[in-house]
Amino acid sequence: MDCYTANWNPLGDSAFYRKYELYSMDWDLKEELRDCLVAAAPYGGPIALLRNPWRKEKATSIRPVLEIYSASGLPLASLLWKSGPVVSLGWSAEEELLCVQEDGVVLVYGLHGDFRRHFSMGNEVLQNRVLDARIFHTEFGSGLAILTGAHRFTLSANVGDLKLRRMPEVPGLQSAPSCWTTLCQDRVAHILLAVGPDLYLLDHAACSAVTLPGLALGVSSFLQMAVSFTYRHLALFTDTGYIWMGTSSLKEKLCEFNCNIRAPPKQMVWCSRPRSKERAVVVAWERRLMVVGDAPESIQYKQLTIQVLLDRLVLRRLYPLAIQICEYLRLPEVQGVSRILAHWACYKVQQKDVSDEDVARAINQKLGDTPGVSYSDIAARAYGCGRTELAIKLLEYEPRSGEQVPLLLKMKRSKLALSKAIESGDTDLVFTVLLHLKNELNRGDFFMTLRNQPMALSLYRQFCKHQELETLKDLYNQDDNHQELGSFHIRASYAAEERIEGRVAALQTAADAFYKAKNEFAAKATEDQMRLLRLQRRLEDELGGHFVDLSLHDTVTTLILGGHSKRAEQLARDFRIPDKRLWWLKLTALADLEDWEELEKFSKSKKSPIGYLPFVEICMKQHNKYEAKKYASRVGPEQKVKALLLVGDVAQAADVAIEHRNEAELSLVLSHCTGATDGATADKIQRARAQAQKK
Amino acid sequence: MAFPHRPDAPELPDFSMLKRLARDQLIYLLEQLPGKKDLFIEADLMSPLDRIANVSILKQHEVDKLYKVESKPALSSNEQLCFLVRPRIKNMRYIASLVNADKMAGRTRKYKVIFCPQKFHACEMVLEEEGVYGDVSCDEWAFSLLPLDVDLLSMELPEFFRDYFLEGDQRWINTVAQALHLLSTLYGPFPNCYGIGRCTKMSYELWRRLEEEEDGETKGRRPEIGHIFLLDRDVDFVTALCSQVVYEGLVDDTFRIKCGSVDFGPEVTSSDRSLKVLLNAEDKVFNEIRNEHFSNVFGFLSQKARNLQAQYDRRRGMDIKQMKNFVSQELKGLKQEHRLLSVPLLEGFNIRESTSYIEEHIDRQVSPIESLRLMCLLSITENGLIPKDYRSLKTQYLQSYGPEHLLTFSNLRRAGLLTEQAPGDTLTAVESKVSKLVTDKAAGKITDAFSSLAKRSNFRAISKKLNLIPRVDGEYDLKVPRDMAYVFSGAYVPLSCRIIEQVLERRSWQGLDEVVRLLNCSELAFTDTTKEDKASSECLRLILVVFLGGCTFSEISALRFLGREKGYRFIFLTTAITNSARLMEAMSEVKA
Repeated sequence: MDCYTANWNPLGDSAFYRKYELYSMDWDLKEELRDCLVAAAPYGGPIALLRNPWRKEKATSIRPVLEIYSASGLPLASLLWKSGPVVSLGWSAEEELLCVQEDGVVLVYGLHGDFRRHFSMGNEVLQNRVLDARIFHTEFGSGLAILTGAHRFTLSANVGDLKLRRMPEVPGLQSAPSCWTTLCQDRVAHILLAVGPDLYLLDHAACSAVTLPGLALGVSSFLQMAVSFTYRHLALFTDTGYIWMGTSSLKEKLCEFNCNIRAPPKQMVWCSRPRSKERAVVVAWERRLMVVGDAPESIQYKQLTIQVLLDRLVLRRLYPLAIQICEYLRLPEVQGVSRILAHWACYKVQQKDVSDEDVARAINQKLGDTPGVSYSDIAARAYGCGRTELAIKLLEYEPRSGEQVPLLLKMKRSKLALSKAIESGDTDLVFTVLLHLKNELNRGDFFMTLRNQPMALSLYRQFCKHQELETLKDLYNQDDNHQELGSFHIRASYAAEERIEGRVAALQTAADAFYKAKNEFAAKATEDQMRLLRLQRRLEDELGGHFVDLSLHDTVTTLILGGHSKRAEQLARDFRIPDKRLWWLKLTALADLEDWEELEKFSKSKKSPIGYLPFVEICMKQHNKYEAKKYASRVGPEQKVKALLLVGDVAQAADVAIEHRNEAELSLVLSHCTGATDGATADKIQRARAQAQKK
Repeated sequence: MAFPHRPDAPELPDFSMLKRLARDQLIYLLEQLPGKKDLFIEADLMSPLDRIANVSILKQHEVDKLYKVESKPALSSNEQLCFLVRPRIKNMRYIASLVNADKMAGRTRKYKVIFCPQKFHACEMVLEEEGVYGDVSCDEWAFSLLPLDVDLLSMELPEFFRDYFLEGDQRWINTVAQALHLLSTLYGPFPNCYGIGRCTKMSYELWRRLEEEEDGETKGRRPEIGHIFLLDRDVDFVTALCSQVVYEGLVDDTFRIKCGSVDFGPEVTSSDRSLKVLLNAEDKVFNEIRNEHFSNVFGFLSQKARNLQAQYDRRRGMDIKQMKNFVSQELKGLKQEHRLLSVPLLEGFNIRESTSYIEEHIDRQVSPIESLRLMCLLSITENGLIPKDYRSLKTQYLQSYGPEHLLTFSNLRRAGLLTEQAPGDTLTAVESKVSKLVTDKAAGKITDAFSSLAKRSNFRAISKKLNLIPRVDGEYDLKVPRDMAYVFSGAYVPLSCRIIEQVLERRSWQGLDEVVRLLNCSELAFTDTTKEDKASSECLRLILVVFLGGCTFSEISALRFLGREKGYRFIFLTTAITNSARLMEAMSEVKA
């Protein structure tokens, strides 16, 4: 039994620890670590080393080398540092290496030493130089805090979405704080700093002095502070060799410990085993390591999720391994294999020595139509690397044409984008592209493009009809669409123009257009309308009343109703109103006026082109049976029965029907026989029917 | 009398879920603007909204006052304004003018625009151009399926017809695809899909793409509806242009059924008040007569009035007395006026007589819409009017109703509703005479007249192929219909319904190539059948028919009849309920 516990050492009363080597580092360091800037990524990520030649005592002109190793010391990248002096290194949560230069410029590198981008921490930092910098991780991403030579702090909570915040001044601060750290509370980043015996908390708005609950007396300075990975706990090391451990809200002390070492420690960090409830602070000096623990309390660290693990593998370009893991874990394709293949493809497009054709083919062979793979994303990456042609080739594999549109627009392939948008059937997308094209092309080219795309054209036309009438006209002009131009001006003649001259002018333009369209009918009708409009205007001037905008028919009717028969006749002749219409019109108007005398005169003026049944109908409509009967006698034989029935003469109707020997007429009369009064008539019809059948 | 359902008829899916979904979504959107607010509603949306959420529900979610979106500015004093509108540019200008007026007055309020059923980029652009885009927040209320009845879903988008079939605007296709996607999400996949028409094809393809993108959502679900049949309105204009003679269609033609209810004026209710009546399957008496030929309705109601008056729930709708009044006053007159089908057109056996009938109609200014309807019907059945008639009818029409109708005719021509015959198409005089001789005087007049119309044009060929004009020996008994022709007095089987019947029988377009070609849809008719083991025999007798551009009550009645004959049940989805007058109005140019 002894052998199992032999290498366990007691830690306090109830805990034990042991020390053993997990693996040995494979690296072959040429420099002393103490002479280097070192940064290790969280979750056993890569380690970056930059020999620091800018330290005053070792000033040298040799350019330093930036080296990146895996956690086990495998070299991943090595490059000559050609930029300015670096103050601090750190890894973002996405495993990007941030190198903070003295001038506040931050250079960002990938895991393999590939340069990604750079950004600046602002003018104030540039002027006062960077004294110290910290990279910290929050749920929003990785942040960066800078302490400048003017002893002011500048902070960005997420370097992926750079928003710089200059923190308030600490009153009376003459020298750099003895130690500081970033805290993250209520989703906001703060800075805690120590100046002599005082502690200050900085947020965006204010600087406030804070105290530690239960802090031992006699502290005149804080030498180190450390915040736990979850930002829940805080530890401070004082010049009296005393360690305070508590919550980072500064409301509660968890424990304290006096180690009796007054030398400032090199490093102090919180540590814990995964899923362990025990936490401890490890303090390191040049030749001594101390672990300070406290009572168990329930906290749990988030584990590295499988997604993060896969991301890490992908970053290390271990694509086959990642795919094997996905398959082993039976992850859905969209979350697993597809995603990894897409990453691989994005890496592939960066291989500049391979031709566009080959890259596109290789990607398509591997990816095929795997669900969840977005060819447009890969194409966007290719475009980002300056490979437009490759991007276009890749886009061709994108099955959803709508997805191709944004990138095509970005690449200024607007016409292709238009076709793809139309293919997608998404009219909003088409409209978006149209607006792009409108700004990009001159008017002529824009119209020409529309002309070749009927769907886009009708969409744009609809828009113009409501919002840009002039453009609509230009569109028709461009197309020599005289028919539509004519219609356009017809509409303008009553919708846009108010004065008669303006309206007539619009009609003239319309008529000209119709002639050009070889639509003589419309042209003539338009010219008639011009004449009518002018005439209506004159009538209003001369007779008063309202004429403008009446139809021809209504104009004549209004004249008759107003007692201007002569004018009405003249108008009918001028506009060649057909006889039949004129008879209907006069008949109706005179009956409305109940001018029965005039109606009779009219009926006798010549043989009616519409017969006399309408006279009977209209008189009955005005409830004038007396007049109706006059006309019933003049109705021709074919409609006689109907006329007689209309005036209520059932008996005579029966006689006529019998005379005609017309079965349909007989039934019609019969259906009008009601009650006792028509009994005899009904019998008569039945007899006639019986007789007809005998024959 | 009255059509009972067959005992083996499949159960209909529960579509009330769609209402609940729409209501919940609307409430969620209203809650996004917490606190008291005034709600501005577009006039067209009022009736549909009323079917989803009544005023008290709106009040519960802190809607203070309701306003109609209209041209004159509303005087609302509320600090928060919410607009519920269709995505139309004129609405954007209205909202912008309101916001800008506030700005001029130095007033700041919160504005929220809820687009129904979706927003269009053009609308946002107009808001931007008017300088108010930053002042309003935009949302979408994806409410596009209103269950008007147990078997009828309407998208309530009457403008779909004009936008697509006249202007060629494809914006609404996405809305249709989304609606179909919602249906398949809720009621499972459709194992059998059929369709005909360009718009149908585009909508179908877009819908399929949506399903693929959201791969797996409907996979593995048990289908509830076995077939879906999509059809463009322009495949069959004739049916939509005919006067309706089944009761519900007739009520629609006479009074305009709006969003499932109708306003009867004092002349019908024989009281001094108008009455708003909800017309659906819940009204038992209405449900019994809705699909009947109107000539049967009066007798039925007289009998019902004696038997049922006591039990009939007065509150629910029009009482029997009112219905009788309506039928006796409104419908009896119809017989005399020959409103039957297209009788005026058809009374004469040749085109000459039809044309002069229409001309008289126009000269007398009987009804501008009715005249257009007759002209279009003649044009379609004749494959265009002969040039002389085309010109003279147009001239007469312009003289009667004003020159702006030059634009109406231009619209009708573009939509293919009223065209001029190409020189070769003219009926020769000989043919015309022969056709007159062939006419069988003994048979019903209407039938003959119709057959004479349906001779040489594509419509005639199609009609012959599909036997749309049934040969009738003796009287057609409208009380005991023998086929779908009863919805047009036994004279004509609606083309749209016949196509659906034929395709369902074959489960494909096989053998209908010639018909499809005559419909000019050679590339536009498709069948898409997936092997679906989970489909129950019950579900395979449920058919969703989708009309893009509107459907008429006559078509609904005809298919309900077909369903009873074959043991199917039809469910209808339409962009809007339509009829001849609505189609003609959509094409008409009106002076603003």
